[in-house]
Amino acid sequence: MEIGRGAEAVVTLEDGRVRKSRMAKGYRVPELDRQIRQERTLRESRITSEARRFGVPTPIICDISCYDLFMEHIAGSKLKDVITMELAEQAGEVVGRLHSGGIVHGDLTTSNMIVREGRICLIDFGLAYHDPSIEAQGVDVHVLFQTLASTHDRSDELRLAFVAGYRRTHGRWEAVLERVEQIKARGRYL
Amino acid sequence: MIVLGLEGTAWNLSAALVDERDVIAEDHSTYVPAKGGIHPREAAQHHAEHMAKVVRSVLSKAREMDRMPEAIAFSQGPGLGPCLRTVATAARALALRFDLPLVGVNHCIAHIEVGKWRTGSRDPAVLYVSGGNSQVLALRRGRYRIFGETLDISVGNALDKFARSVGLSHPGGPKIEELALCAKQYIPLPYTVKGMDFSFSGLSTAATEAARRHELADVCYSLQETAFAMLVEVTERAMAHAEKEEALLVGGVGANRRLGEMLNLMCWERGARFFLPDKGFMGDNGSMIAYTGLIMLKSGVVTPIEQSKVIPLYRPDDVEVTWA
Repeated sequence: MEIGRGAEAVVTLEDGRVRKSRMAKGYRVPELDRQIRQERTLRESRITSEARRFGVPTPIICDISCYDLFMEHIAGSKLKDVITMELAEQAGEVVGRLHSGGIVHGDLTTSNMIVREGRICLIDFGLAYHDPSIEAQGVDVHVLFQTLASTHDRSDELRLAFVAGYRRTHGRWEAVLERVEQIKARGRYL
Repeated sequence: MIVLGLEGTAWNLSAALVDERDVIAEDHSTYVPAKGGIHPREAAQHHAEHMAKVVRSVLSKAREMDRMPEAIAFSQGPGLGPCLRTVATAARALALRFDLPLVGVNHCIAHIEVGKWRTGSRDPAVLYVSGGNSQVLALRRGRYRIFGETLDISVGNALDKFARSVGLSHPGGPKIEELALCAKQYIPLPYTVKGMDFSFSGLSTAATEAARRHELADVCYSLQETAFAMLVEVTERAMAHAEKEEALLVGGVGANRRLGEMLNLMCWERGARFFLPDKGFMGDNGSMIAYTGLIMLKSGVVTPIEQSKVIPLYRPDDVEVTWA
């Protein structure tokens, strides 16, 4: 049974487990297509498990094949649909723990956080990588702030709530947030 | 209603006259540097020198048809400061001389609006790619929100930089596109997507490096394939995230046929519709400014002279969309 379809993968439920299959994209050259799908599937399986060691709730990975990942089903709602100030703060705590562990998620959005019984579970680690640098963590937070601004009302308050949680679990929170401001100013016309 | 639009944020100085239905007249003059890339002051001098001729040519056509402008629109930003100031000065002078209302237009939004106008797209995720910008936008709660954008340089800038480094003359994009057609193999280059954002500076450097060891055609091909795959991927992510069933390609780099083809394939695979404006509306043009000025004016927006200062870092989400 199909339970989700994102831009790059189809998610189905099979015998109580989630199967995430990365689809081939006809628009890119086959070499690049295979490389991207393989690399992200492997990355996702590794880092999803690793993040849990730093206290970040993630689904348990059961099995992996070339472009397919099998994992625990997290029955809940996307943070995008149920967001509150409290949950934004909890998201900050979760991301802070991830960053303390030297892991960058690479695609932090409110669609990649599942709320189950009031607890946030982080998913979609296909773009994640190891990088303890302030720059990488700054880009990570910048990407999330952009989604907040483009997707949610009261994004300024949500951002503050996120920061309140983030500073609790990440020692270098101040340096990261400073960097976010610098990143914002780049990549602009001139 | 008839509006005169002035565009001159970078290379191209262009004036146009449009009404609700079509472009009535357009004329332009493009700055060509003696060598290397754009020099802001020289570009501004070019615009100042050719302003009268370009505006006169459009106005004389208007006079012939007895259809004189009822408002003056100009691109207020983003863009190169000296160029913007030259164009804004001309626009103010025209508005005061003919006693017409003035409308300051956001250049990015003008690209989007003219694209929607010419193609009939209604609510797209927009990929806007040019020499200065690379953004993925969509309308949400009365503003064009930026879903993803470049973390460093624009894709057009990356192509230009690479072209210059291997000795191709400006503009590099079309030459890269042509060479890519003769390629025999794909050479892996760094593919950098971070969430909804992308980065091109490393890719451009890697391509320059690769050109020392590989056939130029193969590198051109691989550079295009890699850069465009990044753009298409983020456009698709934005469509999924913002729940949009249409994609629209705008901006100068949008004239590249391979990029259009890739977006078209992506849309086809996800059952969405793809819209591609005619080439004449892809690069910077006066018609897009005139048309956007027109729909803004009709929704009640006027820019008083004292608020007509240029905004070099004007962001599309700074503008409230009052006309949709």
